[in-house]
Amino acid sequence: MSKRVNPIKRSYLLLEDWFNVSFGPDWNPLYHLGTLAFFFFWVVLVSGIYLFIFFNTSISGAYTSVEYLTHDQWYAGGIMRSLHRYASDAAVVTILLHMFREFSLDRYRGFRWWSWLTGVPTLWFVITLGITGYWLVWDELGLYVAVLSSQLMDSLPVMSGSMARDFLAGQLTDRLFTLMGFLHLLGQPILLMFALWIHVKRLSHVEVSAPRGLAVGSFIALLVLSLLAPATSHGPADLSRVPAVLNLDWFYLNVYPLLDKWTAGEVWILTTSVTLLLMLMPWLPPKKTGAAAEVHLDNCNGCGQCAEDCPFDAISIQARTDGARWDHEVVVNPNQCAACGICVGSCHSSNPFRHAQKTLETGIDMPQFPIDEVRTRTETALAALTGDTRIILFGCDNAIDIEQFQSQDVAVLSLFCTGMIPPTLVEYAQRKGADGVFITGCRTGDCYYRLGNAWLDQRFEGKRKPALRQRAKRDRITIYRAAETDTARLRRKLAEFQRDIAARKQADVDAGSTTDKAQEVSDA
Amino acid sequence: MPDFLRYPLQVLNYSLFMLLVWYFSAAPPYAQLQPDQAVITVAFAHAGERIEECRKLSQKELASLPPNMRAPMDCPRERSPVTVHLLLDGKLLLEEVARAPGLYSDLGVDIYRTAKVPAGKHTLSVEMNDNVRVEGPTFSHEEEIDLKPTQLLVVDFNSDTGKFVIK
Repeated sequence: MSKRVNPIKRSYLLLEDWFNVSFGPDWNPLYHLGTLAFFFFWVVLVSGIYLFIFFNTSISGAYTSVEYLTHDQWYAGGIMRSLHRYASDAAVVTILLHMFREFSLDRYRGFRWWSWLTGVPTLWFVITLGITGYWLVWDELGLYVAVLSSQLMDSLPVMSGSMARDFLAGQLTDRLFTLMGFLHLLGQPILLMFALWIHVKRLSHVEVSAPRGLAVGSFIALLVLSLLAPATSHGPADLSRVPAVLNLDWFYLNVYPLLDKWTAGEVWILTTSVTLLLMLMPWLPPKKTGAAAEVHLDNCNGCGQCAEDCPFDAISIQARTDGARWDHEVVVNPNQCAACGICVGSCHSSNPFRHAQKTLETGIDMPQFPIDEVRTRTETALAALTGDTRIILFGCDNAIDIEQFQSQDVAVLSLFCTGMIPPTLVEYAQRKGADGVFITGCRTGDCYYRLGNAWLDQRFEGKRKPALRQRAKRDRITIYRAAETDTARLRRKLAEFQRDIAARKQADVDAGSTTDKAQEVSDA
Repeated sequence: MPDFLRYPLQVLNYSLFMLLVWYFSAAPPYAQLQPDQAVITVAFAHAGERIEECRKLSQKELASLPPNMRAPMDCPRERSPVTVHLLLDGKLLLEEVARAPGLYSDLGVDIYRTAKVPAGKHTLSVEMNDNVRVEGPTFSHEEEIDLKPTQLLVVDFNSDTGKFVIK
């Protein structure tokens, strides 16, 4: 019986599936929402630098300089302005989708609390950056944004004086405008970069570049939109008038209409409460992370492969402390350890052919599922098979539930992550009677522990240590990754694999009997 | 899936995404004001009168103080809240009671309130009390106004002259 998948997760997985069909896993935008947001940010940055060259940071000159860019220089400045706006909006969409994804796939709690907690204020940095951007255009919308933002600021007890009063006729100076220019062009982008650095601080091998195909496609789409619907301004800011209708950018300015109904204090209470609630979500309720990996120095030579492979930067290398002949040893930071077991798969000492007659000890191990138990359960599961074709199916706890595929021909063993599989375990399973080894796990491009899939593939391709040895029967190993909603597909693939293995076995038998007959002839 | 089918699907996905970005970047339009409405904003800075008047210290009181603290006048720092009433055609439009900020409630207040009103001719009255020792308004002003649609009318107060300015 398979585990029930909650409807939000199911819907999201189906959406991912749709994008997998059209983009493939390498370019699936839902697997690259973070890097896409970075990409849009680069577009905003480059287009912003161009706009700044022509932008006049004064009350009297701001609007006319933007109008010049939009109309007189539509072929360059106009396109740049549109790219600037639409890329900013696209960044908000991707960030919101990014948050929704982490939420729907339950990837915001437990060891992931840091990324979620720091991500929420980062969204606010992006929003405020957009708000000051609209301010700078100094059209009717810019004035609206300026006045209402000032009212919000004025309501804070730390503010002295009234900023909103500055926007009444005759009281505005270039000084505040220059300050806004400085904030938007330098201060806020630097703060945002810092916030992003904090956001990914607990990750290793952080990707900030979107796949080239996806980046090119997104840029072309932005460019087409910029040509078809260029961004334009409202009328010039008029301090003696209040525009009746505004074309708000709802991605950035959605809070402002609330000020028509509520006081600034009430709007602050709402936004602060929502922000705090979002930030506290990893603990509502908390998710328990398994026990952290443990280092066994007797079996660790300090090679550092586990530190290199750890997706969450939880393992570091330090000078040897036990007097052994090696220079280094590794140490686990339990607060950052996700208990994924990928380090076990990285460790050369996790080779199950070692210590055949006694407990298998490795350099770094998971206390709740040690490599010795993995070896024992592999052997036991294979020994229990009664069918003609003996397949072992390795899976992971965060993808499809593989228990449902157990049969007289198929033994199953679910690990924390398939990145936990030392390549020698596959070879060991073959040696212990497995005719075929089938590995499943999180969908390609979507490993729950980020890098488990990638490292497993690289180890099997011989591009990463420890590599799958040549003596392993590669034609009897297959990898097909599946999410909880892919049961039928995985069942089909498994059946195909079983037929293939059965055919190969038969071919082996036939080849064996031919050899025997030839031997008989030769003997005669 | 073959590429010749994949690329049109990608174009469709990009188009839907950009449609979403384009639409919400400037729509739906937000009507913050009806076309026949105007806005009146009351905005000024003003320090209320002291809660208690300054008092001249007697020679005896001065003598009891350390030499470096013998200021001839004792002025309590706390200031009165500033109360403003804005009436349009005799009806109360806005009421604001602004307490003096600061640790000792001794700073001036900043008032900023807005109200949407129908455009056209009106009688605008504004009253302010900045002294708790005085009953009723300490300053007031009344004026006939003719508001154009979407006009922003500002009610200011000049503390130096003690007069309201409507502009």
